[in-house]
Order: sequence, then structure tokens, then C-alpha cells
Amino acid sequence: MKVLLRNPRREIEVVGVHRVHALLAKLDLNRESHLVICNGTLVPGDAELLDGDIVEVRPVISGGV
Amino acid sequence: MVAVGSKCRTCRGPAIIDLPRHNANFCAEHFLELCRRQVTKAIEHFAMMTRDDKVLVAVSGGKDSLAVWDLLIELGYHADGLYVGLGIGDYSETSAEYARAFAAERNLNLIEVKLRDEYGYDVPTAAKATRRVPCSACGMSKRHVFDKAALDGGYTVLVTGHNLDDEAAVLFGNTLHWDVEYLARQLPVLEARPGFPKKVKPLVRLTERETAAWCIVRGIDYLVDECPMAAGNKHLAYKAALNTIEETSPGTKAGFYFNFIDNMAPLLAGRAVADGQALGSCSNCGAPTTGSVCAFCRLVETASAHAPVPVELVMKKGRGPR
Repeated sequence: MKVLLRNPRREIEVVGVHRVHALLAKLDLNRESHLVICNGTLVPGDAELLDGDIVEVRPVISGGV
Repeated sequence: MVAVGSKCRTCRGPAIIDLPRHNANFCAEHFLELCRRQVTKAIEHFAMMTRDDKVLVAVSGGKDSLAVWDLLIELGYHADGLYVGLGIGDYSETSAEYARAFAAERNLNLIEVKLRDEYGYDVPTAAKATRRVPCSACGMSKRHVFDKAALDGGYTVLVTGHNLDDEAAVLFGNTLHWDVEYLARQLPVLEARPGFPKKVKPLVRLTERETAAWCIVRGIDYLVDECPMAAGNKHLAYKAALNTIEETSPGTKAGFYFNFIDNMAPLLAGRAVADGQALGSCSNCGAPTTGSVCAFCRLVETASAHAPVPVELVMKKGRGPR
């Protein structure tokens, strides 16, 4: 599946079926700092992502105060 | 994607988000309901505002400020927006477009103030000219413009999009330094004083993950990219540290912040930086100050005399992909 990452914006290819939490762990990303959007819809941690899905891993942390 | 196993706590329909700190999952409808409830609770519990107030929302084009503006309008408050053009290259241009589009689509009033047009400088130039950390020059500029716009426009409440993560990170930093005077000011409401509007933070009961999810579910386009000048700042490091704890111990951030507000803040009342200080008026702009000329006017004098500095020259080294 294609996975869009941000900051900086880039796209990677991930092979195989992953649950959202497993994908974040594989990418070494904190669950509390990210949301995952699959085919345009927000998905929870136990959603299964399949080959062919368009996935965005969106960081939610902003730096200003 | 195949069907998910997690169900909405309220309706048992398919969930779109898991919120470990609530030990629950929610569908879109009931997630939005949760957010409205949390914001209403913050507004009422801390007496932030009423529907008779004339409200000004500080808007950056990012998720928090657009979410809070959206929520306030939904909840029946009369709120205009204020966008400050900081002159941080393409980042500022793009953020302005998001703020304008949000306002235009909802027929809301957005006031715009550009630092370069109004005061003759921008944030990258101010950082270079004053040798300040960029976030410091930026924060001082925004606070001055927010205060002035709120007072000049007759607004009774100034709203900022600070969320639970922001407040917990600032609290963490101030606690690491045992900075009692700043700890004493860290409240979700700062009442109006001569020269300062009332300032409130209606998102203190929502995390950044929740405000971002609010925007996604509501179809609000916001600037996802991070400010190029914020990379590597301490605030981000504090957030990362807290989220590392939160991941294994959900609810830590909320407990840290709200136990401070309930148990510690009352003990610090009267210890804030500004408390007990006799404030005069800046001889240049009239804003409250302890000296003859306020810190903002001193910044303007130095920065506006400096040749414009492109953002690339003052950007911090990035943290790399994440």
C-alpha cells in the first residue's frame, strides 16, 4: 500500500497487511502523536490496512505556543 | 481496508477513532458530540464566556485555531477571527489561505494584520535582528497584536486555540524549572486587566489528536505542515516526552494538567509575574509595561531597521523525518 508521511511530505510503499497500530509501530511513530486516514476516512488503531489502500499518517503535533 | 473490530462506545456502530485516555472508541457522530461536550464543559466550568460576549479568535490556519472557531460558532457564540501575517515565507502565505478559505466558506469575519505592512518587519527578520529565538520573537509579536486588536475592536474575550497538549507541555517546562511566577499564570482564563483583554482557552480539555480529528471529520482543511522555524524547539521536545508516557499510561497529560489546576494553581494565586507590579503605559504605543517603552516597541524599533531576512537564513536544523 502507498503511505503518505508528512514533515517532510513523502510517500513510501509498505508491503502486506497491517493493523493501524502495527503500521505506526513499524514506522516507529507514537500513536498519541498521529492519526491514520485510509482511503479518505479516519480509522482506529485496530483497523486493518490492505494492499491497494491509500493511507496517510498525519502528525498532529504543532510547535507554537 | 476491511471492517474494524472496535465499536463506538455510545451507539456500538463502527468506530473511527480510539481514545485510550477515555478507554473508549467513537464513531464520527459521537466523537463530535464528545468534543462539543468537552469544550462546553471547559467554557462553563472556567466561566470563559457567554453567548452575549463579543469574541475574537486568534486564527493561524492550523488545526487548533480553526477547530476552536468552528466549535464556538457551532455552539452559538458570536466570534470573529484574527489572522496575523508573520512573514514566515511560504508557510505564512499558505496558512493565510487556509484561514481565509475557512472564513469565506462560513461567511465569517476574518481580520488580517500583517507585521511587515503594519510594523515594518517580519518574524525571521525580528529573530535575526534581536538575536532572539524565533518562537520568542513570534510569540511576543502575536501577543501584542492580539491584545491590541481585541481592545481596539471592542471584543470582550480573546480566544486562543491552546489545547491540552500545549498546556501540559508548558506546565512540564515550567515545572522542570520550578518557574513559580509563570506557573501561577498558567490558567485557562486570564481575566481582563487595564490594557489587556480577557483571554481564554476553550480547547484545554481536548488533545491535539482530538482537535486534528475534529477537523478531519468536519472536513476542515488546515495547514498540516509544521512551522519551519519551530523545528527543534523545547516545546516540541516536552510534547514528545509527555506523549511517550501517555502511550503507555493513557490519561497522564490530563491528570498532570487538571490536577495542577485543581490542587496547585490555587496555592500559587498572587505569585504571577504581573501580579503586584505597577504597570505604566508605553510612551510609544500606550500598552502596559514596567519600563518607559514596552518590549514589543523595542523589538519593532530594532527589527524594522534591519534589512529583511529570508526565513531560510534563520531556520533551525530540522529533526528529520518522523
